[in-house]
Amino acid sequence: MLNRRHFLAGAVTAALTTWQRPTFAAAETDSRLVVVILRGALDGLAAVPPVKDPSYASMRGALAFSATAGAQDTALPLDKLFGLNPALSGLHESYRAGELLVVHAVASPYRERSHFDGQNVLENGTLAPNGSADGWLNRALLELPPSPARRELGLALGQNVPLVLRGRAAVASWAPSILPNASQDFLTRLADLYSEDSALSGRLSEAMNVSDMVESDAAGGDAMKPGRGDNLARLKQIVGTAGKLLAADSGPRVAVFDATGWDTHANEGTSQGALAIRLRGLDGALTALKISLGPVWNRTAVLVMTEFGRTVQINGSRGTDHGTATCALLLGGAVKGGRVLADWPGLRTANLYEGRDLKPTTDLRQVVKGVLHEHLGVDPAALARNVFPESQAIAPAEGLIRA
Amino acid sequence: MVKSTVLIAAQRFGLGARPGDLGKIGDARGWLEHQVSASYKAPPETAQLTDSATILAAYVKARKDRRDAKKDGGDPVKQVANTIREEILPHYLAQVEARTRIAATTEQPFRERLVYFWTNHFAVSVDKPVVSGIAGSFENEAIRPHVTGHFADLLLAVEQHPAMITYLDNEFSIGPNSKLAALARRRPRAANRKVDINENLGREILELHTLGVDGGYTQADVTSFAKVLTGWSVGGGEGRLAEGKPGAWHYRDNAHEPGTHTVLGAQYKESGESQGKAVLHDLARHPSTARHLATKLARHFIADDPPAESVDRIAKAYTASDGNLKKVYAALIAEDAAWNPAPAKYKTPYEFVTSSLRALAIEPPEGRKLVASCETLGQRTYSPGSPAGWPDTARDWDGADALMKRVEWSLAFADRTAALRDARQVASDVLGDSVSPATARALGRAESNSQALALLLMSPEFQRR
Repeated sequence: MLNRRHFLAGAVTAALTTWQRPTFAAAETDSRLVVVILRGALDGLAAVPPVKDPSYASMRGALAFSATAGAQDTALPLDKLFGLNPALSGLHESYRAGELLVVHAVASPYRERSHFDGQNVLENGTLAPNGSADGWLNRALLELPPSPARRELGLALGQNVPLVLRGRAAVASWAPSILPNASQDFLTRLADLYSEDSALSGRLSEAMNVSDMVESDAAGGDAMKPGRGDNLARLKQIVGTAGKLLAADSGPRVAVFDATGWDTHANEGTSQGALAIRLRGLDGALTALKISLGPVWNRTAVLVMTEFGRTVQINGSRGTDHGTATCALLLGGAVKGGRVLADWPGLRTANLYEGRDLKPTTDLRQVVKGVLHEHLGVDPAALARNVFPESQAIAPAEGLIRA
Repeated sequence: MVKSTVLIAAQRFGLGARPGDLGKIGDARGWLEHQVSASYKAPPETAQLTDSATILAAYVKARKDRRDAKKDGGDPVKQVANTIREEILPHYLAQVEARTRIAATTEQPFRERLVYFWTNHFAVSVDKPVVSGIAGSFENEAIRPHVTGHFADLLLAVEQHPAMITYLDNEFSIGPNSKLAALARRRPRAANRKVDINENLGREILELHTLGVDGGYTQADVTSFAKVLTGWSVGGGEGRLAEGKPGAWHYRDNAHEPGTHTVLGAQYKESGESQGKAVLHDLARHPSTARHLATKLARHFIADDPPAESVDRIAKAYTASDGNLKKVYAALIAEDAAWNPAPAKYKTPYEFVTSSLRALAIEPPEGRKLVASCETLGQRTYSPGSPAGWPDTARDWDGADALMKRVEWSLAFADRTAALRDARQVASDVLGDSVSPATARALGRAESNSQALALLLMSPEFQRR
């Protein structure tokens, strides 16, 4: 991957494009950031139930967790107000080890209830669903000191790149394959055929770089074969392998993956049921990621986020409809965890957003900006100007990451 | 010399040329218009498929058996789960096989593409177990007969199909002031069983099926419309929902929220099932719906970011004809932008697979293999994963890894089919004069016919339409 020609070309381009950047001489970051997008609107009141809120049990009805040990559907204890869904037992261990930070009553600036617009705002980092065709994570990559080898610093764990990671910075994508690999000879011929098609030739060279990384990873083996069945079980395998890519010194620094199936309109369940199955799958994937990162886990932060939350009260199908505020999770050895950050608005009807949803009291961008600044070293002025345009008033949260 | 309009008709409007197709098309616009003006005949490939009511009823019964087995604490839980897999999965595979067989052989590929367009517009997904056996039935029963009729009829057929009702959870949406709710409240354990509406179907009809997300509705409209739709259900449920033909559309008056409801400023008087029909009828005529549908059609047939004037003209044709889809397609075909010779659309995996089958004029393999192919390429058939359907722009499909998967698939596919035809002949059969010098050179230099075929399938002109 790294050869002299590439290195020189990269250095020249870097010099031309970074003249205004004070961090020109800065070394490449050694921190890792993984962003997980839960599509479909995670019920934050079920993932991190405020079990001691006086209105919680009556508002949630049949979907309420108990704070009392030994009761049916007891939440795992977090602090004086919150518990954790028992399906998240791995995360609970992380919490006790001080590696999980929960942010609650949080929302992106989006205030309607369309999944697809909500995800656009979550990922494009602007105030509008069509505000940008690029994602905030890609724009953040542009603010990092470039890799000397000009390799891709961002990796999408999937065949295609989600909006949050699309943009001017070249990024890679990877998913396991059941098909035999293409030969080097064929790829060379195809690269030649694509020489006059910039879109396809760019993609092909990104793909070839990742193939090199995966093949040089001796620990690949069976993990490269995708599992069948439930997409979260498969995710666990993919994430496990991806952790190895991320852990490499010459690997990507930022990775993204997403998981669908959080739109629990019917039969959401409590410690068993549709949501618990998803949460257990997520918990398993995050544990697999931690294991595969090895010592690099100590330099890793994982941000889990979703487009919005769900109604406080349940609907007629023992599920919940689209809501507003929810929770976000920040996990990793680099995270100053073991606590829940929340300016808790309460669950009395009078305190709800539009009389039905958890009221947002924290802007998700504060959290993301805090992570990008403290963890990856992105300059706050650049965060306000380029990464999250029009966000000067949204100060980065402080103290999320261990010094 | 093949005219560029003929190539565009076959590639962009159709599903890709088969050998011989380019010579038969003649007048490209006429060829397209003829396909949508012919009266509807169900394709023979769908004749052997089981209807959705039968499949859904079997699924519901198996699910109930499983629950009963669980209650009894018995071991048969796994056995019943297997029954679901054994009974339902074959229907899914048969539907995928029939669909792909039509795609590979149809003489009306433009019409077929429109079927896929509308199935994707009104997306249901086999990711949800209850839909797993009936997504193909939904396409065959609700979409196919209506793609060249009026949008209002298509809309009604879709929203009353059991696949849509169950996918968007409406069968359990019950008006809080309905008779059923009153009965439920009298039951001893009523406190645990809240009886209320479910907003899902109402919201997605407004946001995705008709007006579009910026179409001018509010949360109050969503809630009110959801009330209107209470009672739109499926027959043969459990307990008090047992009425009606199992697995088939059923209107439950006793679940309907009584009274007048206001949607988008219009008042709809209590009229049972007709109340919902009246709202749908008005939604179909709404200017936001015209614009939303015109935008999606233009994006599918012209470019990821279609020219605003094209969208305007298509929307105008929609409004002027009161949603007559034949007129809408005629307006689309009349757009010069749709005939730009440079292919503007990157193929989706399904388009890539089916156009490859057509290019080699081969019969599709069995359903299981087709599902595996499309899944490997990132687009498991009938599984868009969200009610918004599969995305329709290049940036959603052109990931580096996705490209590598296409490479690997092409090599495997070419390996199996290379003995059939000379790759250079295939290139001229399906791409005519649009084969670029670079592609011609690559094919000429390939070390084997199999390698040449894989290069052809991966060429820029075959990857786009």
